[in-house]
Amino acid sequence: MKFGIVILPGSNCDHDAWHVAKNVVSAEAELLWHKETDLKGADCVIIPGGFAYGDYLRAGALAKFAPIMEPIRRHAANGGLVFGICNGFQVLTEVGLLPGALMRNEHLRFLSRDVFLRTEETDTPFTSELQRGQILRVPIAHGEGNYYADDATLDELERNRQVIFRYCDGEGRMTSEANPNGSARNIAGICNASRNVLGMMPHPERCSEELLGNADGLGIFKSIVASLARV
Amino acid sequence: MQITPELIASHGITEDEYQRIEQILGRAPNYTELGIFSVMWSEHCSYKSSRVHLRNFPTSGPRVIQGPGENAGIIDIGDGWVAAFKMESHNHPSFIEPYQGAATGVGGILRDIFTMGARPIACLDSLRFGELDAPRMKYLVDGVVRGIAGYGNCIGIPTVGGETSFHSSYNGNILVNVFALGVTKKEKIFKGTASGVGNPVIYVGSKTGRDGIHGATMASAEFDEASEEKRPTVQVGDPFTEKLLLEACLEIMDTDAIVGIQDMGAAGLTSSSFEMAGRAGTGVKMNLDRVPMRESGMTPYEIMLSESQERMLIVAKRGREDEVVRVFEKWDLNAAVVGEVTDDGFVRLFWHGEQVAQIPVEPISTEAPVYQRPMAAPERKISDSLDRQRVDDADFTGTLLELAASPNLCSKHWIYEQYDTTVRTNTLAGPEQRDAAIVRVKGTGRALAITSDVNPVYCFLDPYEGGKQAVAEAARNVAVSGGRPVAITDCLNFGSPERPDIMWQFAECIRGISDACRALETPVVSGNVSFYNETEGRAVYPTPSIGMAGILEDETAGCPLHFDAANLDVIILGGSRDELGGSEWQQRFMPDAMAKPPRVDLEEERKLVELLLSLHQNRLLRSAHDLANGGLAIALAECAMKGFGVHLDLTNYSSGLDAIALLFGESQGRAIVACTNDRTDAVLARAASLGVAAQQIGKTTNASFLIERNGTPLVKTSTQELARVWRSAFALLLGGDSVEEVIRGVGEEAPEVMAH
Repeated sequence: MKFGIVILPGSNCDHDAWHVAKNVVSAEAELLWHKETDLKGADCVIIPGGFAYGDYLRAGALAKFAPIMEPIRRHAANGGLVFGICNGFQVLTEVGLLPGALMRNEHLRFLSRDVFLRTEETDTPFTSELQRGQILRVPIAHGEGNYYADDATLDELERNRQVIFRYCDGEGRMTSEANPNGSARNIAGICNASRNVLGMMPHPERCSEELLGNADGLGIFKSIVASLARV
Repeated sequence: MQITPELIASHGITEDEYQRIEQILGRAPNYTELGIFSVMWSEHCSYKSSRVHLRNFPTSGPRVIQGPGENAGIIDIGDGWVAAFKMESHNHPSFIEPYQGAATGVGGILRDIFTMGARPIACLDSLRFGELDAPRMKYLVDGVVRGIAGYGNCIGIPTVGGETSFHSSYNGNILVNVFALGVTKKEKIFKGTASGVGNPVIYVGSKTGRDGIHGATMASAEFDEASEEKRPTVQVGDPFTEKLLLEACLEIMDTDAIVGIQDMGAAGLTSSSFEMAGRAGTGVKMNLDRVPMRESGMTPYEIMLSESQERMLIVAKRGREDEVVRVFEKWDLNAAVVGEVTDDGFVRLFWHGEQVAQIPVEPISTEAPVYQRPMAAPERKISDSLDRQRVDDADFTGTLLELAASPNLCSKHWIYEQYDTTVRTNTLAGPEQRDAAIVRVKGTGRALAITSDVNPVYCFLDPYEGGKQAVAEAARNVAVSGGRPVAITDCLNFGSPERPDIMWQFAECIRGISDACRALETPVVSGNVSFYNETEGRAVYPTPSIGMAGILEDETAGCPLHFDAANLDVIILGGSRDELGGSEWQQRFMPDAMAKPPRVDLEEERKLVELLLSLHQNRLLRSAHDLANGGLAIALAECAMKGFGVHLDLTNYSSGLDAIALLFGESQGRAIVACTNDRTDAVLARAASLGVAAQQIGKTTNASFLIERNGTPLVKTSTQELARVWRSAFALLLGGDSVEEVIRGVGEEAPEVMAH
């Protein structure tokens, strides 16, 4: 199986995702240049964190015009896996592969620290190796992570069980104190209706090795590898 | 333009210096040439007042690959890998325009690292602000932090540590010092040389605009009430472009198409062209009309003096220029062949075919003015030790809480949580986890320990001891975190060199730094001098920031600074003396006192470093923390911030000291370590064999925090209470609370956006 990691101008977590794919879960990994239109046989496309196009205009707003986005849309439509992390999540909402939008953090400051996530659903290719309700400690590092959608969209996301991760406290309680950025209904990550596209603001690739003091994110990458092995 | 005495003076050139210029040229300079001399001979670029003193630094050692003189220093970190690092100031711009000043400070130092061929992997910031209630100060704190975050987070280099402190001497002149470190393979090091006659000179990166003209000259003068008018000399940063520039530079460096590269930092195209030709002993010819320009109507003078950001100058191999241009165009950056390397020893500048400047390269540096400025120690009375009323029956719990809530000692998470500390997935220890930050070097099994340190109050009271202390504390921070200290970079922030007392401070600090570097075998590999840090005649305290890098041969070595369990043995390493001069306690409770700061015994420091490394190597420790500002009580409180407390009995420890000196004195060469009971004998035995005083003085607890002496409690509180005060303080202080209100817990946090 192969990961394809997109390099948009301003991506800065591309090497980190590549490192986990290649060296931690020992999969094939290839970097995909934004001006190209070939996914090079990637089974799972990662749109990494960073500041694509400097986040100018609006995070992710310019990235949707990158030539690589068209084959990514087709890949997603054909059931291929697409995983947006942080800025990648913002890009996926702009591209229209995921509903809603990411607004500026409620307190208007960039925030970088560990948060707790509650795993809401495990019947996705990204969470199949996790337990429902499992609490993960994962770092966030963003200034625009405040998930917004109108109530109808949020209700639909809940009905279809598309909310995959929510911010919680260490005991799994969904409190407003545990919500670092003001996201609607403590939403940290969602998938699309067909469950093959995931976007999340926290960075599992930054906590996938014991050496870093935290390997809670590894389960997500292991899930992807296991899911693709089953195909 | 007519060269008049007024024009010369407005360029900061003295009459004497102007005579030299005429001698070098054999004629009067034209306007463009005058501008070039003025920036090349500015204090910022020429080091004319500091040079004679900087010669005293030890700069060589077995691990030094590149010492001072290049864009950054380089050390060998083993297995063919090297680390490039440097620290630089961006003080004046940050005081005028905090966001852009701090942001471009980050951008500038990062270019210094990747121009050497190294990929930057970590930054530290050493920030000095005035009192929080001084005019504009909260706005400056907010702007500087946002600026560092805005640039560093976007380019994707983690800010993993640093230090922030507050003192009235910075009310009119804050300090923003940024340290950056990068890694590469030894054979991939690049230098700023323009060698190979006929090789093309290529300009890459952002277009040149009118921003930052005379920035280096501004940084070489003190502030006055007209400084607000200097706002246009502050550059504007674009971290997105720098990210592209970083990747494009590293990509072209992976080929063998280029022979030299240098960033355009202070003095822009002027310093990059002269320095590259100077290092190679060549000349350079440039057609300035080919420089990509942001606006029309720019003159050669403006182009040479612009400090527009995110630009580099490259000398490529002849015939390979297209390859270079293609890589930069791939990254959507400007690239233009603007000239070539010559053999006549001149920088010659052309404008639409006509020569507009011709300056010999060598004399502009060899004939540059060098000043042996007069020095004199100030007349003042400083007592040997702090005279004080014995206050042993005082409320030390209250004292401890008050210090823990003070701006210098409280948690700085409000600051560092605005910085991306974990991008690049190398951060093994970020802010407030160990005394130094630890970043791994992927693929080597090794890690680097980095820290920045200086105590300006000590340096003010005794610049020689203060200089020593900055290096000693940096070494202690590296060693207590698991690394062997290897080398330093420095960022020397002082007032006007034209004042004898300031020059004395400078020379004494350098003497102290040099002695400590020799004793601890940590040579100086790079550095930066920032003079004229004063406003209306009031200088900042001498602030020689020391950035140190150390190596962990095993990336898993070292341990956190926090207690991580109850019932561990707590051991103090090193000896305590009656040393309260310059301490946080003295500054808070006896602010007008003047007493000597702690004395640094370099032999004791060296032994402590060896002991700590030996303890880490044998995995004997569960936690390790150096004793610094605030002394023993604050160090213990910091160890207890994760919830496990301490029960200490000091009855048999340094019984000759009174409780204040014992709890809050700042004697050097000390650390607090914790270990499981079965390791205690081994720790004490190793300390004895290396000649370091060591004594078990207590045990860790589940949550209580108790320090006793002779059967009576000196301090009695809980880790919960300590953590509440310590963690909440900074945001509350920014919101306008007093320390007392922080302790009572009644205040308002900092607003989301702070007004100017």
